[in-house]
Amino acid sequence: MSGMFEGYVADGPAYDEMFDGESLRAPYELLRHSLRELTTPELMSRVETLQANYLDQGVTFDIGGEERAFPLDILPRVIEAETWSRIEAGVQQRVRTLEAFLADVYDAGQVFDDGVIPRRVITTSSHYHRQSAGVRPPNGVRVHVSGIDLVRDNEGEFRVLEDNVRVPSGVSYVMTNRRAISAALAETFAEHRIRPVGGYPQRLLHALRAAAPAGVADPTVVVLTPGVYNGAYFEHALLARTMGVELVEGRDLECSRGRVMMRTTKGLEPVHVIYRRVDDEFLDPVHFRPDSLLGAPGLIDAARAGNVTIANAVGNGVADDKLVYTYLPDLIRYYLGEEPIIRNVDTWRCGDAEAREEVLDRLDELVLKPVDGSGGKGIVIGPRATRAELDELRGKVIEDPRSWIAQPVVQLSTVPTFVDGELGPRHVDLRPFAVNDGQRVWVLPGGLTRVALAKGELIVNSSRGGGSKDTWVLAGPTQTLVEQEQQQQQQLQTPSAPSATDGEDD
Amino acid sequence: MLSRIAESLFWIGRYIERAEDTARILDVQTQLLLEDATVEEEPTCRGLLSIMGLEIEPETHVDLSMVLSELAWSPTSVSSIAFALAAARESARRARETLSVPMWETINTTYRTIQSGHFHSMRTPAAFQWVRDRAALVNGTADATMTRDEGWHFLMLGRCIERVDMTSRLVATTSLSSQGGAQWTSTLRACGAYEAFLRTYRGLETERSAAEFLLLDRLFPRSVVFALNRAEQCVENLEASNQRAGFQSEAQRLLGRMRAELEYRSLADVLSDLPVEMERLQRTCAQATEAVTRRYFSASEALTWEAVGD
Repeated sequence: MSGMFEGYVADGPAYDEMFDGESLRAPYELLRHSLRELTTPELMSRVETLQANYLDQGVTFDIGGEERAFPLDILPRVIEAETWSRIEAGVQQRVRTLEAFLADVYDAGQVFDDGVIPRRVITTSSHYHRQSAGVRPPNGVRVHVSGIDLVRDNEGEFRVLEDNVRVPSGVSYVMTNRRAISAALAETFAEHRIRPVGGYPQRLLHALRAAAPAGVADPTVVVLTPGVYNGAYFEHALLARTMGVELVEGRDLECSRGRVMMRTTKGLEPVHVIYRRVDDEFLDPVHFRPDSLLGAPGLIDAARAGNVTIANAVGNGVADDKLVYTYLPDLIRYYLGEEPIIRNVDTWRCGDAEAREEVLDRLDELVLKPVDGSGGKGIVIGPRATRAELDELRGKVIEDPRSWIAQPVVQLSTVPTFVDGELGPRHVDLRPFAVNDGQRVWVLPGGLTRVALAKGELIVNSSRGGGSKDTWVLAGPTQTLVEQEQQQQQQLQTPSAPSATDGEDD
Repeated sequence: MLSRIAESLFWIGRYIERAEDTARILDVQTQLLLEDATVEEEPTCRGLLSIMGLEIEPETHVDLSMVLSELAWSPTSVSSIAFALAAARESARRARETLSVPMWETINTTYRTIQSGHFHSMRTPAAFQWVRDRAALVNGTADATMTRDEGWHFLMLGRCIERVDMTSRLVATTSLSSQGGAQWTSTLRACGAYEAFLRTYRGLETERSAAEFLLLDRLFPRSVVFALNRAEQCVENLEASNQRAGFQSEAQRLLGRMRAELEYRSLADVLSDLPVEMERLQRTCAQATEAVTRRYFSASEALTWEAVGD
């Protein structure tokens, strides 16, 4: 080994994406070659510039009111074209299935009658909202934006860890990371042919406009944020700015006679599509939490009346429930008649008596996850838990088995990461973002690679000290970057001219 | 434009201007105290704090370091430069999606210098110079990157109203010590107006002409009348009404009346009780701000939803 990767050892059971033992894996050949001249002090100084730039630009997230720069590792993660096209197809398949499932759940519920999934899985979910029953979105889309979390198992195979179809966040960092890394490693970046990520806001805006209520020729799109103290406020502002639309808070909106208006210096102006980054429960105090000031009273009724589109749709939470996740392979076969392209992580439902027995026997070697949790909350990693924690967990599982699923400890793959002046293997996951405009599910090439910065740590969430990496999806050999871009532009433009007759889709 | 965003822009304008003008006032006053042994520290400092709107108990000991703490360094004192710059940044953060990237980054890096303690560690003249430089950078960036839409007019309106208010305070400080002419010279210097003043009045320095220049000059951008004029124009641009008589906007009426009064009264009359006149100006600024808030921003007041029954 030469240069900076000398002495790098990844000898755990986890799959290292750069090295197979001593030998370099193909996707990283160019990267190592390109970095061979870079000395550690030079690298250190570039890392410092990187962090200072993020603070100056205000690329931050909030933890308990404190603004922190989002940690960005200087070394990118590289994904080859072939690997990516499989991920892309798998994500598209997943999103199409989730759309079909949601449409079914909030309509006839055929899937229950056909015995693919028990009805009680849905009716007992806290994310099932009757308010959404019978509501048909204008262009049939409920999952305008999704983030499907992937991990790579010990054999290097990508698996789905969870689906996020409510308000997945993190896409802003994909864009800012790219800008920062392409500046910090300019020469290396230039030597690779990397698929661009900057087109995301236009894709999103196009999908949001396409989702406007029927008969609105030139819809007004807004981004709804809980406000400046929300952890993802930076992202909300970035998306609004790059889409050129207003960023509103609940108090900027007023609903009357089934329509939603925003308060401007010139009086009230109508709003047609709300890309909301506020959870269902806080959207509308009339229907949900009466103490919420984050939404606007009357929003749900306006949406039900078909005068405004809420994206993502209300009630999507039933589909990314961790219990529904266990049925996803069956749902893919049921709705699409296809085999899953990306497999789930092996999962036991504690609600099934047989599975429960096994899980309770092996509590100390499994990961237990609450069905309703997100962001790593409530997860118990068996091998790392104390006796007392395991006993407490056992009690909880026996008391309410339906609320728990179990998975083997998935050794997330590792990628070389520069922490405190040293290079070492750190665990990563991947969240590709998909945008559905009703015609096509488009997957942003790359997505957010989150990395657990502490050695051996498996939880990558930023709230638990995780950082991120720029994710380089290499362009395929058959197409040049320019061709791909042109093709994407064309796809974007053809259906984008909005017409008053949109809405012939059901 | 969203009312809430308009309000944020208005306050960015005010806070940046406030930070700059406070630095200018402190620069003059600290220099005076250091250079001139005849100036008494305690009463001058007390007067300065009072002009800047801070109430100090008579038994509290007041000295220059306390003044600097209250008006420059302290992040919790509402009259300090540190507070104004932090508040400008907080407003900018709320309006971030409407600001140009360079504009946001300029305001954000300014705030980061405060937050990191670097500002406090500067020596006083350098610190004030730094504040003036940053304000110039923010204003210049705004000028170069913002479209001249409503947002721009709100930003300018905030800046102009604050400038009227702060220039009136600066003028009021000249009556703090009995220095007369020398004090006016420093005040003019604080505004960067000394040379312009000398050229305009052909080297004839009198207290009267200095006051006239700072209050009434129609061409000097930091004079009260100039700033009032600009503020009026901003409101007019926002209203864009072609009314044949009167004004729809209360703010426009208030600002215009104040300007007319200053311009059409005899200078001797205005100067006869300068501190009182300056307070009147400050009151007008406060009323105009209220009027602007009612007319353009009040729609952004939070509605509370009260659940009935449960």
